This record gives sequence, C-alpha cells and structure tokens, in this order.
Amino acid sequence: MPSLTPAELDALRLSLEIALRSVAFSLPLAVLVGYLLVRSRFPGTLALDALVHLPLVLPPVAVGYLLLVCLDNRSAAGRWLLRHFGIEMPFTTGGATLATAVMTFPLMVRAIRLALESVDRGLEAAARTLGAGPLDRFISITLPLMLPGILAGLLTAFAAGLGQFGAVITFASNVPGVTRTLPLALYTAIQEPGGEAAAMRLAVLSIALGLIGLVLAELLARRVYRLLGR
Amino acid sequence: MLRLSVVKRWEGFKLRAQLDAPTPGVVALFGRSGCGKTTLINIISGLLQPDEGRVELDGVILTDTRERVRVPVERRRIGYVFQDARLFPHLGVLANLRYGWRRAPIESRSIGLEEVLALLGLERLLDRRPHQLSGGERQRVALGRALLSQPRLLLLDEPLAALDAARREEVLPYLETLRDKLSIPMVFVSHQLDEVLRLATHVALMEAGEIVASGTLSDISVRPELRAIVGPEAVGAVLDGVVTHLDSAHGMADVQIGRGTLHVSVLDARVNARMRIQLLARDIILATEPPRGLSVRNALEGVIAELSEDVGQAMLVKVDIGAGAAVLSRVTRHAAEALGLRVGMTVWVLVKAVSARGHTYRAGER
Repeated sequence: MPSLTPAELDALRLSLEIALRSVAFSLPLAVLVGYLLVRSRFPGTLALDALVHLPLVLPPVAVGYLLLVCLDNRSAAGRWLLRHFGIEMPFTTGGATLATAVMTFPLMVRAIRLALESVDRGLEAAARTLGAGPLDRFISITLPLMLPGILAGLLTAFAAGLGQFGAVITFASNVPGVTRTLPLALYTAIQEPGGEAAAMRLAVLSIALGLIGLVLAELLARRVYRLLGR
Repeated sequence: MLRLSVVKRWEGFKLRAQLDAPTPGVVALFGRSGCGKTTLINIISGLLQPDEGRVELDGVILTDTRERVRVPVERRRIGYVFQDARLFPHLGVLANLRYGWRRAPIESRSIGLEEVLALLGLERLLDRRPHQLSGGERQRVALGRALLSQPRLLLLDEPLAALDAARREEVLPYLETLRDKLSIPMVFVSHQLDEVLRLATHVALMEAGEIVASGTLSDISVRPELRAIVGPEAVGAVLDGVVTHLDSAHGMADVQIGRGTLHVSVLDARVNARMRIQLLARDIILATEPPRGLSVRNALEGVIAELSEDVGQAMLVKVDIGAGAAVLSRVTRHAAEALGLRVGMTVWVLVKAVSARGHTYRAGER
C-alpha cells in the first residue's frame, strides 16, 4: 500500500482522537442512562428510551442540524458555553466529538442495558445480606459483572465513531486538520478530480481499522468471559 | 429469641406465620415445596417486606409494619446461605470469603478466617474460582462467606437441595460441626426429614403458608401434622438421649431415654455423648404384659396417651415412656381391638436394636 500523505495521516489521527474522546465522555452517562432504563420505575423511562435512541432512526444530517440550531454561537446554550467555558462547538474538533458522541450513544446504551439485564439480581441480594449498601453493591458486584457488556459497548461505539459522517459534517463542517476525519477525507477525495487513488487508500484504511477493532473486541470479550468463568 | 408474626399476600397465596424460636438453636422450617418456607426466611432476612407484622431477633426489632420499622438487609447482620450458593463469579474463593468479613463492624469480628477455613475444610480451595468448585464445595464456601460476615443469625435455604446424595455428605457433617462448635442461631429450610433429624433442635412445620406446629424435634415427631407431610412410612418418634454404656465389641450402645434404656446398634459413640434416636412407628411392637424369651433387646414400660386412626385399617398409638418422652407405634385395628388398647393402659414398647436409628448429636455438650 502506498504511504499516506500528511493530510491523510491527520485524518486518521483525528478520527481516532474524536472516536476515543466521544466514548470516554459518553461512558459514564451511558452507564447512568442504562441503569435508569433497566432498574428505575419512574414514568419517564419510555420517553428517555425514545430520546436516547432517536439518533439511530433520524437522518444523521438532521441530528447535525439540530445540534447546530441548539449550540450555534447565536443560540442561548451556545453563547453560555462560549462565555463561561470559552467552548465553541461548531466547526471545532470538540463539535465533531459531540456529534460523534450523540450518534454513537444509543449503541453504547443498548450494550450496557443488555449487560445490566443479564446481571443476576440474586448475587446483589447475596451482597446485601453480607452487609453491602447500594453504592457498594453497584461498585463491587454489578459493575464488574457488567464489564463484558460495557467493553462491548465501548468498542462498538468506538468503531462506529470512526465512521460518523452526516452529523459531523453538518455540525462541525469539513475543516482539514480540525474536523476532517477519515470518512470526511474519503468524501472529499471522491469529490476531487483525480482523487480515486487517495479515495481507495482511505477506504482500505477504514476497512483495516474496522477489522482490527472487531478482532480486538472478540479477544477482549473471550478474556473477560474466561475470567468470569462462563 | 427469634419472634415473628407476619402476613404476606400474593395472588392466590397467603403466608400467615407466627413463630417463637429460641436462640441459639437450630430451627428447621419443614414442609412441602411451595408452602412458603423460603418466603418466610426472605422476610426474616429483610429481602422481602411483609404486608403486616413484625420480626424481632434477640430483642432487636428488625421489621415492624405498624411502627414503620424496617432495618435494611445490609444492616441486619443476618447471614444467608442460598440454595444455589450465589458465589460472586468475578471473585476468587478467598475474595468471596472476605466479602462479608470486610464489611462487618470491627468490634463484632469474633469468627476469624483461619477458624472458618478449618471448620469447613476450605484451605485447599482458596485459589480457585467459583466455577472450578463442585456443588458441595460451593455450598461450603457460601457457608464460610456467610459465617465470616459475623451474623447474629444464619438462614439456610435448602442448602443441600441442589446436591446429589454423595455431595450432600460433603456438606452435612460441616453443618453439624457448625451447630455444635459455634453458638450462632440458625434457621434452615428443608423438605427432607433426614436433614431435619440430623441438624435441627427445633422444628416448625409449615403447610400452605402457615406454621401448623412448632416445638422441639421430639415433640413435633409425635404430632399428627407431621404425618401428613412425611407420609405414614416415615412417621416415628425422635428421642434425644444420653449414651450410658458402650459395647464396642458388639457395636452396641445403651442410651438413656425417658425412664428407660434403649440398646441401639451404632457405628461410633462415646459415653455421655448425646444421641438422637428415631423409632419408626412401623417398627414398634406393643405388648400388654412384660415380654419374656424374645430376641428383642428393648422393652420400655409406658402408658398409652393417645389412640388415633391411621391410614389403611391401622391405628397409631402414642405411648408415654416417662420424663416427657413419647413414642408412636402403628398397630392394625384388629390387633388394637384384640389387645383392648385404650388410653391410660400400661404397655411395653418393644424395639429391635437394629431398627433404632442413632445419630450422635453434640449440641449443648460443650
């Protein structure tokens, strides 16, 4: 394979960085939402469930557009972020990360939810009889037992995050070195006359990344399951 | 003292139970499957909240629906050994054992790891993970884990039910050891009479969500309610006696029961050891005169206390043999009429030595 150009390397680095940051930010929230969806009995569960899953069924461009409307520098939330935290969302790496996080959030929540549903509540009851309070139980029993599912969710969300396109380009635009990730670079290459070779390189790179991710996920899952003795 | 009086309703099921049980002691909740035994110990543990009622352990109120008292499960310090062990699969055996110990208040830590390992024979299992253990080993680890949480009461939900006969023998002797060496009160659920015979000091009989009778095992063994649960063949008095003489050459022991002495064939026993003996009603012969010239080694004098109908043209005769002890004998209605058996009559109870089943039983001896 011919070597990558600096711009393509930039796109690769940016894709990895954005995907990584988005899963890191989403994880605690996804665990919380997963927990609420499975364990709490408050009446808003159904609405929360629908809201979380919305990005799965909406056109990604619509998600990007909604983010733009909500967090644009002219919106109240956008101005508040800028004034108090100096954070500017649109057309920044941070914006691309947020768009990626929103899009991959449902995938993570689904995996975590499945993991939590498979946790034997009898084990939590056993922990209770041994003197463990609610938070203690969650940390010492529930969370470790959910670990395979959490890891699966992280990897799925990360892999999907590498490929986000519509929401990212709409919300964060296609700025080289700032928001131009692999899929955006691929799209740009296709648009340019004579960009076929570059497009092919980027496509092959995407396939390689995806395969590596899948194999890693499988190996990790096997290791964890062996640890849990299943 | 464990005192409880609770009501719990479900669709098509109602638990209404009242029990006063001494502590320390081993109480067996005995009854058929589905009669509410597990529900009751879940209420004691706090895992289930009764609709009404109260649970009190050694003067501490754990649940009182009227006073709105509900001590959380994790602060009750009631150990629970589940039928399916419920070891934490992500932790090794040692970490499982230490789970409750680490969470027990420091000043309450009276049972140590070394002691539990020795009592339950767990030394060689410490490095294993739960899925590498046999069913019996799993239950022993679960038992050790519960003990190390320094419980004020230990609940056992059919701890042997998931095990085959050989595996049960891996656990039963350890349970006997716990009963004899530690003074932790226990409540265990069972539908196996032989477990009850080996472990219990007290029995609460349950039927359809109610405790129909409770008392010492000897008292309960001659109650008619037990007949309905164990079936006619297993009916028989259970008597606690003391070994007064040992004849190792013939494998025989003399056991003082009531005012008389029974000669029992035993495998191992010591003089002065307490021994529990089960005398099945079907194995007991009654005589209206002192017997002579029989191969039967045992003839206890007693007075008929009660005559009741039994299945299949038979009568159950309850005979008082003194000092509060009683035995049951099944005789045919024909024989009962021919002998003119009636309440208040003096009779001799004949028991073959080989049919008296003895269990050495050390509770209260230490």
